[in-house]
Amino acid sequence: MSDRKAPVLWDRDIVGRALVDSFRKLDPRVQLRNPVMFVVEVTALAVTIILLRDSFAARGALVKFELQIALWLWFTVLFANFAEAMAEGRGKAQADNLRKTRTETYAKLVGADGSISSVAATSLRRGDVVMVEAGDIIPGDGEVIEGVAAVNEAAITGESAPVIRESGGDRSAVTGGTTVISDYIKVKITANPGETFLDRMIGLVEGAQRQKTPNEIALSILLSGLTVIFLLVCVTLYPYALYGGTILSLPVIVALLVCLIPTTIGGLLSAIGIAGMDRLVQHNVLAMSGRAVEAAGDVDTLLLDKTGTITLGNRMATEFIAVAGVAVEELAEAAQLASLADETPEGRSITVLAKREFNLRGRDLAQHNARFIAFSAQTRMSGVDIDDRMIRKGASEQVLEFARSNGGAPPPELAGIVEGIAKSGGTPLAVADRGRVLGVVHLKDVVKDGIRERFERLRAMGLRTVMITGDNPLTAAAIAREAGVDDFRAEATPETKLRLIREEQAQGKLVAMIGDGTNDAPALAQADVGVAMNAGTQAAREAGNMIDLDSNPTKIMEVVEIGKQLLITRGALTTFSIANDVAKYFAIIPAMFVLGYPELQALNVMHLSTPQSAILSAVIFNALIIIALIPLALRGVAYRPLGAAAILTRNLLIYGLGGVVIPFIGIKAIDMIVAALHLA
Amino acid sequence: MLINAGAQVGIFCLLVFFVTIPLGRYIKRVFTAEPTFLDPICRPVERLVYRICGINPATEMDWPQYAIAMLMFSMAGMLLLYALERAQEFLPLNPQSLGAVGPSLAFNTAASFTTNTNWQAYGGETTMSYLTQMAGLAYHNFVSAAAGIGVAIAIIRGFVRRSSRTLGNFWFDLTRAILWILLPISIVLALALVWQGVPQNFEPYVHAKTVEGAEQIIAEGPVASQEAIKQLGTNGGGFFNANSAHPYENPTPLANLLEMLAIFAIAAALTHTFGLMAGDVRQGWALFAAMALLFIIGATAAIWAEQQGNPMLTAIGVDQSASASQAGGNFEGKEVRFGIVDSALWASVTTDASCGAVNSMHDSYTPLGGLVPMVNMQIGEIIFGGVGSGLYGMLVMAVLAVFIAGLMVGRTPEYLGKKIESREMKLAMFYVLIFPAAILLPAAVAIASKPGLAGISNPGPHGFSQVLYAFTEGAANNGSAFAGLNANTAFYNIATALSMLFGRFMMKIPALAMAGSLAGKRIVPQSAGTFPTNGAIFVVLLVGVILIVAALTFFPADALGPIVEHLAMISGKLY
Repeated sequence: MSDRKAPVLWDRDIVGRALVDSFRKLDPRVQLRNPVMFVVEVTALAVTIILLRDSFAARGALVKFELQIALWLWFTVLFANFAEAMAEGRGKAQADNLRKTRTETYAKLVGADGSISSVAATSLRRGDVVMVEAGDIIPGDGEVIEGVAAVNEAAITGESAPVIRESGGDRSAVTGGTTVISDYIKVKITANPGETFLDRMIGLVEGAQRQKTPNEIALSILLSGLTVIFLLVCVTLYPYALYGGTILSLPVIVALLVCLIPTTIGGLLSAIGIAGMDRLVQHNVLAMSGRAVEAAGDVDTLLLDKTGTITLGNRMATEFIAVAGVAVEELAEAAQLASLADETPEGRSITVLAKREFNLRGRDLAQHNARFIAFSAQTRMSGVDIDDRMIRKGASEQVLEFARSNGGAPPPELAGIVEGIAKSGGTPLAVADRGRVLGVVHLKDVVKDGIRERFERLRAMGLRTVMITGDNPLTAAAIAREAGVDDFRAEATPETKLRLIREEQAQGKLVAMIGDGTNDAPALAQADVGVAMNAGTQAAREAGNMIDLDSNPTKIMEVVEIGKQLLITRGALTTFSIANDVAKYFAIIPAMFVLGYPELQALNVMHLSTPQSAILSAVIFNALIIIALIPLALRGVAYRPLGAAAILTRNLLIYGLGGVVIPFIGIKAIDMIVAALHLA
Repeated sequence: MLINAGAQVGIFCLLVFFVTIPLGRYIKRVFTAEPTFLDPICRPVERLVYRICGINPATEMDWPQYAIAMLMFSMAGMLLLYALERAQEFLPLNPQSLGAVGPSLAFNTAASFTTNTNWQAYGGETTMSYLTQMAGLAYHNFVSAAAGIGVAIAIIRGFVRRSSRTLGNFWFDLTRAILWILLPISIVLALALVWQGVPQNFEPYVHAKTVEGAEQIIAEGPVASQEAIKQLGTNGGGFFNANSAHPYENPTPLANLLEMLAIFAIAAALTHTFGLMAGDVRQGWALFAAMALLFIIGATAAIWAEQQGNPMLTAIGVDQSASASQAGGNFEGKEVRFGIVDSALWASVTTDASCGAVNSMHDSYTPLGGLVPMVNMQIGEIIFGGVGSGLYGMLVMAVLAVFIAGLMVGRTPEYLGKKIESREMKLAMFYVLIFPAAILLPAAVAIASKPGLAGISNPGPHGFSQVLYAFTEGAANNGSAFAGLNANTAFYNIATALSMLFGRFMMKIPALAMAGSLAGKRIVPQSAGTFPTNGAIFVVLLVGVILIVAALTFFPADALGPIVEHLAMISGKLY
C-alpha cells in the first residue's frame, strides 16, 4: 500500500493561496453559510462603524480600544476563513497532482468496420470503442472488451507496480489517464469527457462539490441555537446594566457576544469536514460523498470476504505428519521432491516448509533422471519419478489407490490423520513412494499476519466482523476461529451478502463491505458503506460509495477509523469551544461593570490588569485559539481504538476540562503582554 | 449542626430513593395497562369516564394529535377557571362573600394554575371563595399535573418505541394519571396531614380573642385536600397566603417531611418508570443520579449559606453560630418549628421540583442562599422537576449532552439506540432557547419600563433580583415567590402569565415533537462503540452540560442580582 503523501502542514504555496482566499471569503454571501461567523462579521462591521464615528469625534483613548477590538473581530473572521482555505488548499494541491496526468491524449477509435482512426480523447463519447496498445495512455474510463494487458495505474494510485486488466471477469475496468505497458486491449468507453473518474476525483478533493453532511448540519443547528441564546443574553444585559447605572457600549457588548458564541468550532467546522475527505484521499480512498465518510464512523457490522482479506488466498503447507515407521524428514524430503517442479502456490509452499523445518535444499532435477508428473483432474495427483522412486502427492483416496496398485497397504492411522485435518478446516495431501504411504501434508488457508489484532481493535471500537466464504462450514469455522472474526457465513453465494446486509440493516445496524466483482454490485449498493476496489468491475465501482485505489481489501478498517476520527474531532472542538466560555465570563463580566458594581472585581480571579485589557485579552484569545487549533482540525484528533467509555473519559478530560482551564491561562498571558505593551 | 443537617438531608434522600422504586414500577404498570391493585375501584370509573366523554382509549395519536389534545384541554380549563374567578360572588360556597377577581389577576391566576405554576399574586384566604379554591384551583392542581405526567409518558414512549408513528392516547394517559396515581395518593396524604393537624372543613373563619385581648380572624377551610395535591402535583399554590409556612398548611416537622417527600415522589419515580419502559433500569437510575447530585449540591449550598448568617452582624459582635440554645445563622423569614435546615432544604426541594410552595420567605435569605433557589429554577426545573415536565426536560438535556460530547466517541450520537440527527437538534435547541427567552426578555422589559420598576420594593441589585426571580419562577412554572415584588399589577400579571404559558406549552410542544420524531426511528443495537448512557461518566457529563448551559445563559443576569449583592454584603453593604 502506498499512501499518497499529505502536503506539509504549512506548505508555503498552500498558505499563500489560503491567505488570499481568507480575504475573498469575507463576502457576506459566503459567510451566510456559517451563521456563527456571519454574526461575528456583522458585529465587526458594527464596531468598525462606531470606531469611525468616534475617530471623527477624536476620542483618543476610546478609539485606541475600539480600534483593537474591531481589528481582532476582523481577525477572528479571517482566521476562520483561513482555516477553511487551508483545508481546501490541501485538497487543491492533491487535485493538481492528479490533473498533471490528464494531458492531451489521442485515442485510436475503432470504427464499426474495424478500421482504426486517430481522434482527440476529449471527443470520445460513451459507447465508443478504442484500441490501446503498449505505451498508450488509456483515453477514458471504460471496460476491457478484448485482450489482456498490464496497466500502470500510478497516476491515480501512486503505486507503480503494474496491474493486469482483462476482458470479462472482475478485472475489466480501466481508468482514463493510466498507461498500458504491455500487450493491447480494446476498451469500451463508459464515461463522457468531464464525467470520468479522474474528473470526479479532482472535483471531490477540491471540495467543489462539497455539501454539508447530516451530522454537520445537526451540529450547525446546535451552534446556531447557542448563538441565538448568547445574542439574547448580551442584548438583555444592556437594560439590566442600565438599571444598575452602567451604560454598556456596543463594542463591549459585542466583545462579550463574540467571546461567548462558539466561534472556535464554528470557524473550524468546514475545515474539519474537508480535511476528513482529504485524509481518505491520502489513504488512496475516494469517497463519493461526505455522508459516506460520516457513515463509516457509524458502521456496526463489517462484511469481509475470506479470500484476500482475511487469508492470503492460497492454501499453504503448514505441517508434515508422518505415519508410524516413517521419519518426518523422510516425508518432508519426499514431499519436497514431488513439489520441486510444482509451480502452484501449494507446491511452492511445500518446498519452502521443508526447507524451513528440516533445512532441506531443493535439488536440481536435471542431474537426476527425473520425470515430473503434472496434476490432472482425472488422477488428482502430481509427483515425480526420480531414479527408481515414484513419489506421488494428492488427495488421500487417489494416493491410497496408487499405493495399493503398487502393492502397498494403507497404514491404519492414515484415515484418522486425514479426517483430523479436514475437521480443522485444512486440506490433507497424502504422500506415497510407490507402495509405501509416507504420511500427510497439512495444507491450510493461512490467515494474514496481524489480522487477528486488527479484528480485536475493531471489536474494541464496537464493530462486528462477519466473514463470507464459499468454503464448507467446517473449514469456515476453523478459519473464523483462527482469525478471530465474530461471525461467518459458509457456502455463501453472491446473494448471501445481499441478504445478510438486509438482515443486519433490519436490526438497525449500519453495514460496510468491500467488493470488486460484478456480482458484488447489488450488495455494495445496499451496504451503508460500500467500498469498491479500483481493480474491480465498472459495475462494482458504480455501486459503491467509496473506491479504494489500492484495491486493498483491508482498507475498510482505515476507512472506519477515519470516519470516527472525523466525528471525534468535531465533538472535541465543540466541547472545547463551549467549555472556553467559563473563563471568558470571568474576564469580561467584572470588567463590564467595574463602574456600576465595583464589588464584582472579586470575580476577576485572573487579576487582569485593567477592564479594557481584560476585554481585549478575551477577544484576542478567542481569535488566536482558532489559529492554534487549525493543525488539530486538519490532522484530526488522535484516535485510539478503545471502547466508547474509555475514549469519552479521555476526551472529556482533554477537551472538556482542558477547555475550562486553558483559557484562564491563555487570557492571563495575553493580558500580561497587552499590559506590557500598553495596548490597553 | 453538621450532624443535624446531614441527618435531615440524608434521611430525606433515602426516603426519596425508597419511594422511587415501588412508585416507579406502579406508574409503569398503570400506563402499560398491566393489572394493579386499584383496578377493581378505578377500572369501572375509567370506563364510565370514557363512555361519558366518548373516548376510545385504544386510539393511538401521533405527536401533533397528542399536542393538540393536550393544548385544547388546557386552554378550555384555563377559560373555565377565568370565568369561575370572575363570577365567584354569584356562586355558592362563598361564606366570606368574596367579590369577583380582577381581570388581569384572574387571567394571571388562570394561566398560573393551568401551567402547573401556581404563582399567586393574591392572598388565597382573602381573594378566592371555597368554590373557586376547590372546583377551580384544586381541579387544575390535578389536571395540570396529570397532563404533565401524560406528556412525560408519551415522550418516554417516543424514546423507547421503534418505527412507530404514535405516542399513545392523551385521554387515556390523563384519566389514568388522575384515577390511579394522583387521587389515591392525595387521599392518603390528606388523611395523614389531617392527623398532623391540618384542617378540612367548610366553616366560616373563626373569630378569636388573643391573650392580649386583640381580635383575630383565623381562616380555615378544606385545606388538607388542597395541600396534598399541591405538593404531590408540584403545584405549590397555597390555600393561605403564607403557603406552607402557615401552621394550618404545614403544622409539624413530620408534616413538613411528608410534604417534601410528596413534592419529589412522582418526579423521582418517573425516572424509574422511564428505565423500566426503556428495558434498562440503569438508564433511569442515571437520570435519577444526575438529579440527586444537583439536588444535593444545591441543598448543601443553601443550608451552608443560611447557617453562615450575615457577616455584618458577626462583625458587630452578634453570635450567629448554632448551639444548643439557638439555631444561629440567618433566621429572618423562617419558621421556628422548621429551623434553618428544614427551611433551606425545603427551599431547594420546592425550586428543584417546580413546586413553588414555600415554608420560609426566600426574599429574606442571604444573597447566596437566595441564589440557590434561583439557580435551581434557571437550570430548567429538571432536578426531579415538575411532575412529568422534570423528566422530559431532563431527557432533552440528555439528548443535548449526548450530542455535544457523544460525537467524541466517533459515532453519530445516539440515545437509547436512537440516532440524534438534525431534526432532534432543531427541536432540542428550540426547547432550550424558549426558556431563557421567556425569562430574560420580559425581565429586560420590566427593568426598563415604568410599570415594571414600580413593582420593585428594594433598591439596588436586590430589586433586580426580585424581577429576575419573578420571571424565572414564571417560565420555570415554579410559582414560588421571592416576595417583596409587588406583583399584583396589570403589568406583572400579564407579563408573568405570558412567561408561564410560554414556559409550559412552548416547551412541551418541541419535546413532544422530538419524541414523535424519535418514535419513528429504528433502534441501533448497543455495542462497545456505543456511548453508554447508563453509567457514571454519563451522569457526570450530564450534570456538567446542565450546569454549563445554565451558567452560560444566566451568569450575567445573576451576577447583577444575587452575586453582586453577596459581594456587596461581604464588603459591608446591604440592600
